[in-house]
Amino acid sequence: MTAPPSEVTATAAATATGTAPLLRTHGLTKHFPIRRGLLGRAVGRVRAVDGVDLTVPAGRTVALVGESGCGKSTLGRCLMRFFEPTSGEISYRRTDGTVIDLAKLDERALKPYRSEIRLVFQDPFASLNPRMTLLQIIGEPLRVNLGLGAAETEERVAELLRRVGLRPEYLRRYPNAFSGGQRQRVGIARALALAPRMVVADEAVSALDVSVRAQILNLLKDLQDESDLTYLFISHDLGVVEYMADEIAVMYVGKVVETGATDELYGQPLHPYTEALLSAVPEPDPGARRRERVVLRGEVADASNVPQGCPFHPRCFYARDRCRTEVPALREIAAGRTSACHFAGELELKGCRA
Amino acid sequence: MLTRNHKPAAPPAEADPELEFDAAAARSSPWRLVWRKFRKHKLAVAGAVVVLLAYVVVVFAEFLAPTSTSTSDSTLTYAPPQMVKVDLSWSDGLQMYVNGYRTERDPETFEQIHTLDPDLRVPLRFLPRGDSYEMWGIIPWDRHLFGAAHAKDKVFLLGSDRQGRDLLSLIIQGSRVSLSIGLIGVAVSFLLGLLFGGVSGYYGGAPDTLIQRVIEFLMAIPTLPLWLSLSAAVPADWGPMMRYFAITTILSVLGWTGLARVVRGRFLSLREEDFVTAARLDGCGRIRIIFRHMVPSMSSHVIASLTMAVPAMILGETAMSFLGLGLQSPAVSWGVLLQEAQNVRTLETAPWLLIPGVAVFVTVLAMNFVGDGLRDSADPYKQ
Repeated sequence: MTAPPSEVTATAAATATGTAPLLRTHGLTKHFPIRRGLLGRAVGRVRAVDGVDLTVPAGRTVALVGESGCGKSTLGRCLMRFFEPTSGEISYRRTDGTVIDLAKLDERALKPYRSEIRLVFQDPFASLNPRMTLLQIIGEPLRVNLGLGAAETEERVAELLRRVGLRPEYLRRYPNAFSGGQRQRVGIARALALAPRMVVADEAVSALDVSVRAQILNLLKDLQDESDLTYLFISHDLGVVEYMADEIAVMYVGKVVETGATDELYGQPLHPYTEALLSAVPEPDPGARRRERVVLRGEVADASNVPQGCPFHPRCFYARDRCRTEVPALREIAAGRTSACHFAGELELKGCRA
Repeated sequence: MLTRNHKPAAPPAEADPELEFDAAAARSSPWRLVWRKFRKHKLAVAGAVVVLLAYVVVVFAEFLAPTSTSTSDSTLTYAPPQMVKVDLSWSDGLQMYVNGYRTERDPETFEQIHTLDPDLRVPLRFLPRGDSYEMWGIIPWDRHLFGAAHAKDKVFLLGSDRQGRDLLSLIIQGSRVSLSIGLIGVAVSFLLGLLFGGVSGYYGGAPDTLIQRVIEFLMAIPTLPLWLSLSAAVPADWGPMMRYFAITTILSVLGWTGLARVVRGRFLSLREEDFVTAARLDGCGRIRIIFRHMVPSMSSHVIASLTMAVPAMILGETAMSFLGLGLQSPAVSWGVLLQEAQNVRTLETAPWLLIPGVAVFVTVLAMNFVGDGLRDSADPYKQ
């Protein structure tokens, strides 16, 4: 578990984008204890997030990709302190330019930042209370945090609905009257209600119909341009990520295994896991030459029982003896590119660009 | 759990925000949707009507019963039911009557046997003067809905009991105890169940374990011996009113367990719901999350379980009184009335004494239908 110096990712981000990071984690870790027996003693732990260093530059979109169960969502929720991180830092640059560690704040001190970092949920059906009208749902953060009155709340909610492309007349309707895409717009409006600086979109389009997906993605992009938002875009869909993200961090079993700007990472992956993920991206052009699929063996490793050495080695086609014993550190391979593979740069890995 | 499982595989494609909805449905509050779904459940609606009628009877018992519970005629014990007949030929127009009784003595047992004499006519009318009573303890009156035209005549539409009391009047007056004990008992168990179930489900951990083990303990005790011992603890010199409350308490002390489990289960599943997470992230406090997000989402389920718990309470009271553990004469309840039907010989000569059982049966069945319907419509967002 060697955490590289945090400067690595920081400088990488700064040089790649030319902007200062809005949020940066250092060694962020979330372990869930496994309790067994009558007394509920912890017999083990799930390393859902294991020493993650992640840099999110202001005004950009960073995508977190990986298979189900790799800790993407847990990381997202740790950033919002919905889960208490086990250890690590979450450095957040405030509007006045000073940097604070969100991981150390208590609930009261955290409150202002709760409205600056907001979450868009995956499931547009479960995330809206079916017993509340849009006005109540979107207005709740306004009322609770800003203490707005009824008239002003209604005005603000109507404006928010307009911004996400819904008619303000829908104010008094219940979520069950809306389709999945429209509900997701409502969820986005709720996230935007408090004029956040950063939005964590946790699989925000995965539950949507393909035809609706593009609309929501475009909406998110438009909103980013309008309000100078920073996105942490959590997804397993690399097609969507390619369209949305400026930078990508690939996660595997609680760890970041590769980072880089989207174009570079898609063109030349530096980690065998990324190569496998990219080979699964569907090719929209039927006339195109079929790429070779890298089909991984086995399942994603169990986060409560991580293999020795490189966590990816049991599934890796390039694994050698060193991979079985030594944990690779995330290191800078080229400018703006990091990889946690012993042989990064030596292997000939295929991207999904010609 | 509310909606997660009912998500359509592919949400309908939305393209145009101008998309037309069923505007009425879109604006319907959750309770309207529940009502809409409930209405489609024919059996439940029928049950609801019966239950409603039963409680109308409870409210207007004194007026609806032809006589008071203390009116008896020792010369007419175990008199058979009389059929209401209508005579159109009488000179002064439409006339309702019943046939009077002819009393004979059985030459072998010397028991009095009452048979209906077709030649005797006892005229009936609506709103006759009869036993005086005080409606709800405040309005003195002596009119009843239906009965003998002359106060001195005896009419037993459902027959009479051992003391020569009118069984119909007894059933009507007895509904008051039998049906209210269910409501009050459920109200008490509701409070207990909500409190313990809520604590158990919301806090989890040690309080949850403790409460769940207590519930398991209470559920594992066989009901009858427990009733026996608890009612044995009720002092014999307590009046009917005190006894009534004692019985209610006994029933609800045992009845809250099931409800506590329902509440706990709902809390546990709601705690993990995305919309509750969203509320937390929106900055809602604990109280606001519980009362604004969690309680409304489970209220319909809880109401359904409550409706199902009422008949159990009614049956409990009936069973206890039937066994002589609950209320006792002169208090009147359906269970007390059924106590008289315990004797096989009595049943042979006076089978109408089982009619209170029919009343119990019909009400309990109706309430179960209502509960069923409510349970099915409790979640209006289920497809």
